[in-house]
Amino acid sequence: MKKRSARIYYVTFLLIILGFVLYLFVKTFNENLLYYRSPTQLVDGNFPENYIFRIGGMVEEGSLKRVSGTKKVSFNVTDFKNKVLVKYDGILPDLFREGQGVVIRGHLEKDFFVAEEVLAKHDETYMPPEVQESLGLSEDSKSKTMESISQ
Amino acid sequence: MIIEIGYIGSFLLLLGLMNCVILLTPKVLTNLNISQNILLSASRLHFPIILISFLCLIITFVGEDYSLDYVSKNSNSSLPLIYKISAAWAGHEGSMLLWCVVSSFWMFLASIYSTNLTRRLRINFLAIMGLLNLGFLLFVVATSNPFDRNMTIPLDGNDLNPLLQDFGLIVHPPMLYMGYVGLSVVFSFAIACCFEDDFKKEWAQWIRPWVLASWAFLTLGIALGSWWAYYELGWGGWWFWDPVENASFMPWLMATALLHSVIATSEKGIFKSWTILLSIFTFSLSLLGTFLVRSGILISVHSFANDPSRGVFILIMLIALIGGGLLAYALNSKKFIDEGEVKLSSKEGFFLLNNILLVTATFTILLGTMYPLFLDILGLEKISVGVPYYNAVFIPLMIPLMLLVGYIPILLSKDVVNVQLVQLFVILSFSILLSFIFSVKSILFFIGVFSAVWIILNIVFDLYKSLNNTVKIKRRAGMYFAHFGLAIFIIGASVSENNKIEKEFTLAIGESIKVGIFDYKFDDLREFKSMNYDAVIASIIVSKNDKFITEINPEKRLYHSSDSPMTEAGINGRIDRDLYVSLGNMVSDNKWSLRIYDKPLIRLIWIGTIFMILGAILSIRLKKQKVYE
Repeated sequence: MKKRSARIYYVTFLLIILGFVLYLFVKTFNENLLYYRSPTQLVDGNFPENYIFRIGGMVEEGSLKRVSGTKKVSFNVTDFKNKVLVKYDGILPDLFREGQGVVIRGHLEKDFFVAEEVLAKHDETYMPPEVQESLGLSEDSKSKTMESISQ
Repeated sequence: MIIEIGYIGSFLLLLGLMNCVILLTPKVLTNLNISQNILLSASRLHFPIILISFLCLIITFVGEDYSLDYVSKNSNSSLPLIYKISAAWAGHEGSMLLWCVVSSFWMFLASIYSTNLTRRLRINFLAIMGLLNLGFLLFVVATSNPFDRNMTIPLDGNDLNPLLQDFGLIVHPPMLYMGYVGLSVVFSFAIACCFEDDFKKEWAQWIRPWVLASWAFLTLGIALGSWWAYYELGWGGWWFWDPVENASFMPWLMATALLHSVIATSEKGIFKSWTILLSIFTFSLSLLGTFLVRSGILISVHSFANDPSRGVFILIMLIALIGGGLLAYALNSKKFIDEGEVKLSSKEGFFLLNNILLVTATFTILLGTMYPLFLDILGLEKISVGVPYYNAVFIPLMIPLMLLVGYIPILLSKDVVNVQLVQLFVILSFSILLSFIFSVKSILFFIGVFSAVWIILNIVFDLYKSLNNTVKIKRRAGMYFAHFGLAIFIIGASVSENNKIEKEFTLAIGESIKVGIFDYKFDDLREFKSMNYDAVIASIIVSKNDKFITEINPEKRLYHSSDSPMTEAGINGRIDRDLYVSLGNMVSDNKWSLRIYDKPLIRLIWIGTIFMILGAILSIRLKKQKVYE
């Protein structure tokens, strides 16, 4: 009898520990998920300040501006339906170019997106699937998209 | 002439397919009797056939046969010879053929070194390897044949992705594949054992060198990949928890678990069932990794043009192999009966804890890698799992493991408690001293330094105590080397992360800036023309208190044929630290954005892995005598 109650204590103890570990695990997991939004979803969406997520689309032709003498840049990311102004204080990746796909991690401020990390694709014929899909969201501009891809 | 080479290569692939079918036919039709000789010679013949086919592919690259679609997409006439050769396995089709070459090589070795196995086990084992080879080759011929012709012949090729024009690329894929596919030997053997009456200790003994060899190659492949990312991507990081890295890291963790559990099985005849299951899972994870990377589901340098039929083919193969393997295991697992009990405070008990921790760690990484994919496929949400998740979950799981690793010498030596306390005191004061030297800021890094010192000093104490017992030292040499390497790795990772300095700023030519303890002067910028790219090379003079230390030359290249820019970081590797400079963009007249990193002890990360690999090699002992019949 005594042996049995000891076992019950032992199992309960183990379950509590396991539950606690599982709780911490799920909590960490949820806290570190990065959501992805297209510029169009940004316009409709409501995002708390300092909420970190990712956006993607094409870098609008002619929108890249550098603040001379600093590494600050700004450019528009578009899905040919809506666009969002992105500001970045850092070194852009080698394959970053106007008219090409880009994925950006950062947060939204009043009317622009502050980039923490800018990812460009690894070769010139490839487009991140997220970008492809968010471009597909705006159907009416498909021909324009194709044109810009072929450039 | 060069045109024919392509046809010969293509023909050889078909011949290889035939050969695999021949290898399997007698097995299927007659089951055993006359089949052995045919099966043996077919399993050995497969390697030269596929190898020559692969050499044909290399010749078409060197001979610039742009009528081949694959060659025209991945090479260019202005490419240096060495990259023309390595371009043969830079794209999807060629790398899959390389996979087949590696796979046929392992089958060749398995066929030669399996003479000491019982007849039925050997035949089943080689037949399963033949089946795997057939599947891989079928995949190449049906969906990714590198010898497919172009409709129109271009005058020149597209060029090789500049990121891949590098020594790292030449060696990274072959080594990684040697590891991945080496695990297929273990897998095949485990399945073959399922058809036997028992999983004998001797068989676990037999498979151990193969596990060690695959593990060593896998470690080397991953370390090379990490080294390549460090100096080629220009961000100075060495591990990004990128899904593609995870895809290679998961089989590595499982293989690490396996190479411990297989020792317990071979020495004590325990964990039999578990070792077999682990073998199946380990190879399944390396196939899953290949599927994720090659199907284009994951975004990275490794994923090539998306062709859904390829993804479907690998997925079917994945399901067939994992499903078949697990089925064979499930139907036979009752046969494997352990020959003893496990005590927690024994070597085997430690292996058990080791396996639990490593498998849990693999699971957490699998979840982080697969969960976003599932959500995406279901069309629910597009997410990615951030780096902090992996750090928060993986590192706490590794801490108890490191403490266990360090405790092993004490466990084995069975010292009196007093001696252990003295040792613990020495180790603790030593790691506190080191933490002061490296001005360790957080408890996490202190644990890192402590566990490294804990592992190393315990090994040193044990070696000191057994100086006159060479047999014992010899027997433990492999383990000590590998664990020592792990400790070196931990020091490198902890100190370089804790004490790194990373600065991004703009600097005009002639200006200086102080980063850490050194002054960096942007001295000069000159132009340079190479065969297939133009470059600007910066000259950064590093000095300390006006005393010249070194000059670093980061580059910015523009490749001609693809018109793509590339950053070549300038790295000054010193004993105590790496000074890392990479050029950004020109921000105004003669002013550039720059990254300057100061990474203390970062080289220990790769030096540590070299020790781990040496440890694995030292542990490989081939037994040639016929003891198993």
